[in-house]
Amino acid sequence: MGSTLYNKVFDLHTVRDYGDDRVQLFIGLHLVHEATSPQAFAMLKERGLGIAMPECNVATADHVIPTDTIARPLLDQLGEDMLARLEANTADFGLRFFSPSSGDYGIVHVIGPEQGLTQPGMTIACGDSHTSTHGAFGAVALGIGTSQVRDVLATQTVTMNRLKVRRIQIDGALAPGVTAKDVILHVIHELGVVGGVGYAYEFSGSVIENMSMDERMTVCNMAVEGGARCGYVNPDETTFAYLKGRPAAPTGEAWDRAVAWWRSIASDPDATYDDVVVMDGAAIRPMVTWGINPGQSVPVDGSLPSVEGAAPEVADSYAEAYEYMGMKPGDKLGDHPIDVAFIGSCTNGRVSDFVEVSEALRRSGARVSPGVRALAVPGSNAVREELVRLGVDKVLEEAGFEFRLAGCSMCLAMNMDKLVGRELAASSSNRNFKGRQGSPTGRTMIMSPLAVAAAAVNGSVCDPATVFGPASVVSSS
Amino acid sequence: MTSAIDSRISTVTGTSVVLSGNDIDTDRIIPARFLKHLTFDALGEHVFEDDRKQDHARGVTHPFDQQERSAGSVLLVAKNFGCGSSREHAAQALYRWGIRAVVGESFGEIFRGNCGTIGLPCVSLAPEHAEEARSIGLADAGAVAEVDLGKGVLRIGDREFPVQIQASLRDAFLEGTWDTLAELLKNADQVSGTAAKLPYLTGF
Ligand code: SF4
Repeated sequence: MGSTLYNKVFDLHTVRDYGDDRVQLFIGLHLVHEATSPQAFAMLKERGLGIAMPECNVATADHVIPTDTIARPLLDQLGEDMLARLEANTADFGLRFFSPSSGDYGIVHVIGPEQGLTQPGMTIACGDSHTSTHGAFGAVALGIGTSQVRDVLATQTVTMNRLKVRRIQIDGALAPGVTAKDVILHVIHELGVVGGVGYAYEFSGSVIENMSMDERMTVCNMAVEGGARCGYVNPDETTFAYLKGRPAAPTGEAWDRAVAWWRSIASDPDATYDDVVVMDGAAIRPMVTWGINPGQSVPVDGSLPSVEGAAPEVADSYAEAYEYMGMKPGDKLGDHPIDVAFIGSCTNGRVSDFVEVSEALRRSGARVSPGVRALAVPGSNAVREELVRLGVDKVLEEAGFEFRLAGCSMCLAMNMDKLVGRELAASSSNRNFKGRQGSPTGRTMIMSPLAVAAAAVNGSVCDPATVFGPASVVSSS
Repeated sequence: MTSAIDSRISTVTGTSVVLSGNDIDTDRIIPARFLKHLTFDALGEHVFEDDRKQDHARGVTHPFDQQERSAGSVLLVAKNFGCGSSREHAAQALYRWGIRAVVGESFGEIFRGNCGTIGLPCVSLAPEHAEEARSIGLADAGAVAEVDLGKGVLRIGDREFPVQIQASLRDAFLEGTWDTLAELLKNADQVSGTAAKLPYLTGF
């Protein structure tokens, strides 16, 4: 009987079995950033420990990095302290650091793939939930806490539970204007925000197979929002084509051996799964969240659901969401004017995200509605440079977007980019929790970059096809 | 957090703090702005800060602000507690405030793991038992709650409910080996052995 990619990779990296499905798991690539590492380094120093395998660890700074200027010292003192501490720790412990001054910095989940560090068959860990992004390459990629960051630094291993595997097979073809973001919002809407607890999600089917790597990363990024600890896509020609020629990718004969091995670790055709869910890609609509968790979403032109009609276990959180968001059942999201439009984050801050938006803006000649503050924030400096090379920055700026420096920006507002008061944001990020974007009462609606752009132009949420015309929103898949 | 002293955890006994909502995420347990600290030290006082402020503004006293709960060490929660971000700060903030065990219907996966690595057991129980336990705790701030990991029960008031925890994690608490790093460090040879058979570390 065949095996899944998850189980093959998990077995290969198991150092010791503690029984009861808990193992000591070897981590092939550990990504470190400034927000969850300082306490881990301090704990190492306290115990007089060094780093077991420095070559398997790389660091970047993203969460606190300002997106207007990275001149030092950073204006925000706490941010400056965190950056300085990471500089000191990476120097003390001899870790490779993609630092803001080096020009190759960016969001940790953007630079791993972009550098070719993220590869199929690896175990990858990072002190950040959205580490699941790297699963797009057929890696087992896990978010960990700070004590586990310490554990990986000191031993290159971590204590981990074996997960069950759910295959989510999305067949058919997406309708025009439906993006990878809509696919994952749909999955979370269908299976719920806790539906994935205890599972790894394997995304498959023709919709996924036809996606670019950028799109697969968007899907895997939000697997955690459905409760899954990780999500992945089996590696294929699209994966190999993306990796070829990247700085950390193998070359020459090693490349051929690598591809052969990568093929071998994909799930076998006769693999058994703990659960299989089949969905019809053609039925997916552009989705937007209206509430305070990523499962509370509706099709872009749908009416908000009734509390009475909700399943008993979610009815309470519906009521809470309506109170917080200042919305009511039956409303359309388009009834609520937005204040801020944000395109960026590790979910949708890659080159293709901005290209898609700029194409739609350019062809339609549409401009950001007066009164809407619109931010376009590349996920890495390399993404930014590529966009400038393509002239995308000009198109965005002419349409009324601020085109800023790379970073996490308004995704969680550990930097200067924040919502103010009760502002309502159309956001391409991944979390709409209360207060997520920096104001304790700020409100977030999660959607695709294209839908953010449409909302920015329209002044409120609307179907991108109505702003940009059906022809201009042909999905890049 | 060191294992030099006795780190065995078999029972947690104390009064309760009760939070009845589902899906209380880690952004609420400790708002993101408190991630911008270089140590965990000050987190205890900021636990649930935004929820507490908002309750205060509405004239409601948040459970973490109720005078009679200020020594509470057993946190009684509902469903999917600790969902969201992987930040260990959430577990640390609860621990540093004084929480020593969390009892609820279900937990965010990463949150529960983070609690385990700092010696804060999260145990689950049936929804109807969780609800009953919460109402006993709510009705009487002085009611003593006891999480007995060895026997696998929660005692509160005059009631006793079965609770679940993964067996290996329970054993780690009972034996005082929940400090994952001490365990992981024992095995350097096997770690090199595993690394040596990984194609991507050996040039494929
Ligand atoms: S972009 Fe947002 S979700 Fe992604 S790493 Fe940064 S803060 Fe986390």
